[in-house]
Amino acid sequence: MSDAVSALNGATYNGFVTVTELGLRGMITLRGDLSSAGVKNAAIGVTGVDMPGQRQVHTVKESGLAWMSPDELLVMTPYAEVGDKLAQIDKLLKGKHYLAVNVSDARAMFRIEGAGVREVMAKLCPVDMAPDAFTPGVFRRTRMAQIPAAIWMPSDDAVQIICFRSVADYAFGLLKDAAEPGSEVGLFA
Amino acid sequence: MSTRLATGGRLLETGRAVNFTFNGKRLTGYEGDTLASALLANDQMLVGRSFKYHRPRGIVASGGEEPNALVGLGTGARFEPNQRATTTELFDGLTATSQNHWPSLEFDVGAVNSKLGRFLTAGFYYKTFISPRPFWKHIYEPIIRQSAGLGKAPKDRDEDKYEHFYAFVDVVIIGGGVAGLQAARAAGQAGAKVLLMEQTAHWGGRAPVDGGSVNGQPVDKFVDEIVSELETMDNVTLRTRMMGAGVYDHGYVLGYERVNDHQPDAPGPRHRLWRIRAGQIVTATGAIERPLSFAGNDIPGVMLASAVRDYAVNYGVSIGDRTVVVTNNDDAYLTAITLKNMGLDVPVILDARAGGGGALADQARDLGIRVENGKGIAKVLGGKRVSGVAVCAQAGEGAVVEEIECDAVAMSGGWSPVVHLWSHCGGKLIWDDAQAHFRPDVDKAPTGAQGEAFVAVAGTANGHLDLAAVLADADAVGKAAAKATGFNPKRKAAPVAEATQAAPVEAIWLMPQGAGINLRMKSWLDYQNDVKVSDVQLAAREGFESVEHAKRYTTLGMATDQGKLSNINGLAILSDALNQPIPQTGTTTFRPPYTPISLSAIAGQARGEIFQPIRKTPMHSWHQENGAHFEPVGQWRRPYCYLQSGESTKTAVHREITQTRNSLALLDASTLGKIIVKGPDAGKFLDMLYTNMMSTLKPGKCRYGLMCSENGFLMDDGVVARIDDDTFLCHTTTGGAESIHGHMEEWLQTEWWDWKVYTANVTEQYAQIAVVGPNARKVLEKLTQDDISADALAFMSFADITLAGIKARAYRISFSGELSYEIAVSASEGRALWDKLLEAGAEFDVTTYGTEGLHVMRAEKGFIMIGDETDGTVIPQDLNMQWAISKKKDDYLGKRAQERSHMTDPTRWKLVGLETTDGSVLPEGAYATAPGTNANGQRNTQGRVTSTYHSPTLGKGIAMALVLNGPDRMGETLEFPKVDGTVVTAKIVDPIFYDKDGEKQNV
Repeated sequence: MSDAVSALNGATYNGFVTVTELGLRGMITLRGDLSSAGVKNAAIGVTGVDMPGQRQVHTVKESGLAWMSPDELLVMTPYAEVGDKLAQIDKLLKGKHYLAVNVSDARAMFRIEGAGVREVMAKLCPVDMAPDAFTPGVFRRTRMAQIPAAIWMPSDDAVQIICFRSVADYAFGLLKDAAEPGSEVGLFA
Repeated sequence: MSTRLATGGRLLETGRAVNFTFNGKRLTGYEGDTLASALLANDQMLVGRSFKYHRPRGIVASGGEEPNALVGLGTGARFEPNQRATTTELFDGLTATSQNHWPSLEFDVGAVNSKLGRFLTAGFYYKTFISPRPFWKHIYEPIIRQSAGLGKAPKDRDEDKYEHFYAFVDVVIIGGGVAGLQAARAAGQAGAKVLLMEQTAHWGGRAPVDGGSVNGQPVDKFVDEIVSELETMDNVTLRTRMMGAGVYDHGYVLGYERVNDHQPDAPGPRHRLWRIRAGQIVTATGAIERPLSFAGNDIPGVMLASAVRDYAVNYGVSIGDRTVVVTNNDDAYLTAITLKNMGLDVPVILDARAGGGGALADQARDLGIRVENGKGIAKVLGGKRVSGVAVCAQAGEGAVVEEIECDAVAMSGGWSPVVHLWSHCGGKLIWDDAQAHFRPDVDKAPTGAQGEAFVAVAGTANGHLDLAAVLADADAVGKAAAKATGFNPKRKAAPVAEATQAAPVEAIWLMPQGAGINLRMKSWLDYQNDVKVSDVQLAAREGFESVEHAKRYTTLGMATDQGKLSNINGLAILSDALNQPIPQTGTTTFRPPYTPISLSAIAGQARGEIFQPIRKTPMHSWHQENGAHFEPVGQWRRPYCYLQSGESTKTAVHREITQTRNSLALLDASTLGKIIVKGPDAGKFLDMLYTNMMSTLKPGKCRYGLMCSENGFLMDDGVVARIDDDTFLCHTTTGGAESIHGHMEEWLQTEWWDWKVYTANVTEQYAQIAVVGPNARKVLEKLTQDDISADALAFMSFADITLAGIKARAYRISFSGELSYEIAVSASEGRALWDKLLEAGAEFDVTTYGTEGLHVMRAEKGFIMIGDETDGTVIPQDLNMQWAISKKKDDYLGKRAQERSHMTDPTRWKLVGLETTDGSVLPEGAYATAPGTNANGQRNTQGRVTSTYHSPTLGKGIAMALVLNGPDRMGETLEFPKVDGTVVTAKIVDPIFYDKDGEKQNV
């Protein structure tokens, strides 16, 4: 594992919010019948968080579950634990129809932090980022300028963003540009 | 002359002088000035030349409707043409240049066109330059292009920053005049989330200039109070310098915020384009005053009456010492009264109405101003400036009764509500005869998906010209908008304004009413495009009866101002010429944006490094550091080849291929699509997707497959590996990864929704490295303990191994014809493995090769490439790939299509190889000619080159082609004419040029 490097190797930028590439994170695509006890038990079992509802996310530290589609969950774990977690899911769902696959290395994850995070995202995503509309716990698959992205707020002053690894440079460039000092909008202030 | 007055200037900071230049001349204004007010303060009446006749042009208006005062602003990377002086806020160091003149603004050669005016009538270009035909392209067009065009295109890359912003509100209100403010308050008090935008830097619109009282206090106090109140409301957002640019379906509004135009050196974006979703849209966009059509109404010094008033009150600027006011309504009297009260002379008010004005007229007379009812202007005297007016009876033909000296004319032809935003999305208009204008038909608003109105209109924009009515209307509309978005409006009464007693406007479309042709030819409708009353009348006579046709024929309203001043006057003249009422003529279509917005704002952040996403593999930086010559493949950048010192791309490709075939090479194949297909029905599913049988594939084995569309055409290919009983990994082409995944999901979700199959696109999870060449196994063996011998890891199988300490999956597949492994590792470890393979390969003189080497080597082996041999019209049978089409299967996507008569036609062109007889390389896409010509007189053809390369291995040009009866014509030669007129001959050969028996890949 010592050779594994994330897309931007933890790059950071300080604008009116801070932008950080979070390094390697464990991510598993879990597809199945989300209403079935088996899938629920497996998902909850490997993460220790509650099952999320539609467009919801639950996280504790690096572990969590995010609702991706009516038959897909994103299982988040520490990077080093992905192999074990996958094996655990396979064991729990043995004989059932499901798909669990490691996508940790296909992705990049960013965190932006500061009072202006809602504005930064509202410059890039066609999403209502107002405090009464986008609250911690909401999970949104959307587009960030020209790339697909998924976003959520771990807290009121932070946003985490998942995008594909190949466009991590572009995503970082977008976030830096949107967070440039002097470009504050002041809408959610 | 125009000058700055000692008093007045409500918007000025007279303590702060600002320096700027106009055509290189150093001038001074004040903070708070617009460029227009500052130019006028410096007696710069002449600001440009008109488009066609190069007539001298002065400032006519004070806002976004200005047709004349367009300047080039800034220099170098900040130069921008066609900027309105009236909406440009003055800042220190501003540089402006006038446009459309040569050699200078004061002396312009093109003005000779003006003398030829009687020849340059409507449709002149169409009529004159139509024959002889060839003259258009070679003579007329170049000359016309030379003299045409207003501003010059910028030459440098724009250095400023731009961005987008997405906002979601209940009610968006466009226009920050008293109507917009009151509507915002009413909606905001109900609890709705409100966004109020105002295009200028100031709240209140015209009200502070026009005066009046609200709730017993002056209207400007009322504006201050309401703004303060709105600022305290958390649910109301106020933005100045933001224009409502367009209204679109589903409550979508574009807001154009000019963040830093007035402070170009401040940090942050210059413009921000707001992309707003709103439950309700309220247009409180006010009205625009119309010019009157009299001879010489374009001479600098002739201005809208409201603009004259604006410059005096807002900026302390007088347009002249003696201003003649000419009007058909009461509003212009305000201008006369304002000027008189400022100590300026108003020699006469010419009121075209026989009955004259109301209360304001009495007030003017009380101030000692001479008022002449039933009179108008026969013509304006002067050239580059107004020197006087010739007065006539409005009812007559222009017999001059008196000449009056003056240096400015303030005209008012009535007010037209700004209906643009209301109309953008289908809001209808009605003609209001009493007020002589089109106003929104509130019963025919733009409607949403449920048929509900989503745009409302308030205040003057709704046809209310009286302050009391404006406020009452705005309050009701604001409350209704809140209600429509689910809020309960408060029962608070609307503010009450003092009503005014005005005499009705009288529609005056031509002054004097019976003006002869000489006057009509000098009565301008469209100042920017030089369209006169006579042009519209001529168009009508020539049969351009539809307003849309007449517009295009005369170019009325087609300039950068989109006819904000000219449209209504023009269509009134047209209606008169056609002898039909104005509503029957109708208006032209209003389209966004309201006034031009910068292209950069539309592009937003998509420029420079983030112009578009560029996909990068984990090895991308190595490629960059090692001479990669990149080519775009979809959004990826892949190395075409790696240039070593002194190499051309051609010699580099040659070297890479030779080294691969002789020893060892690496290819970054990470971009290949990889899709996991899993479930009890996965085999059945893949049997339907691929033409060949996949369900019989054994775990651990690989099989090459073809994928066709429903219409039978080949759309993708790749190697499928069976991971276990339930799980397959499908490799797709680089460009096909997303679309094939989508294709799979579509079939699973729409047709075979009951099949138990899940898919996942894991393309980016893996870095994939092709290790290719006779020494491929040797280098891998250096890095692994696992058994990868020919028996343990046979051709077309895969194994999970540990390579250089990294977990890897080695697929023994070959696209080059050499011994070859494609090694997949997690993307995060791709670069590490790449480095280790290079290190271990050093003793074998390892090289890396790019996409061109890959292409040449696959062509040498006769392997097809999706996108080269296929173009959406090619079926596998054309490529002699019957071997990859299962005969056992009942069905697969494309099967029935391939049985159609056209698909089984034996004369379909089929794949062959070609070798040029002279060893040269055939041009891409070259056609093989056949005897005779077709119905169009073109040479008949019998084949087409699909891939063509120089083969370093064979030392000659090779190609693949689709040829009529090709496979039956081995050894025949074909002729391929080249664009230089020469002909290349090529012999039809087997498409497999290299190692036909596959011994090299099978070792």
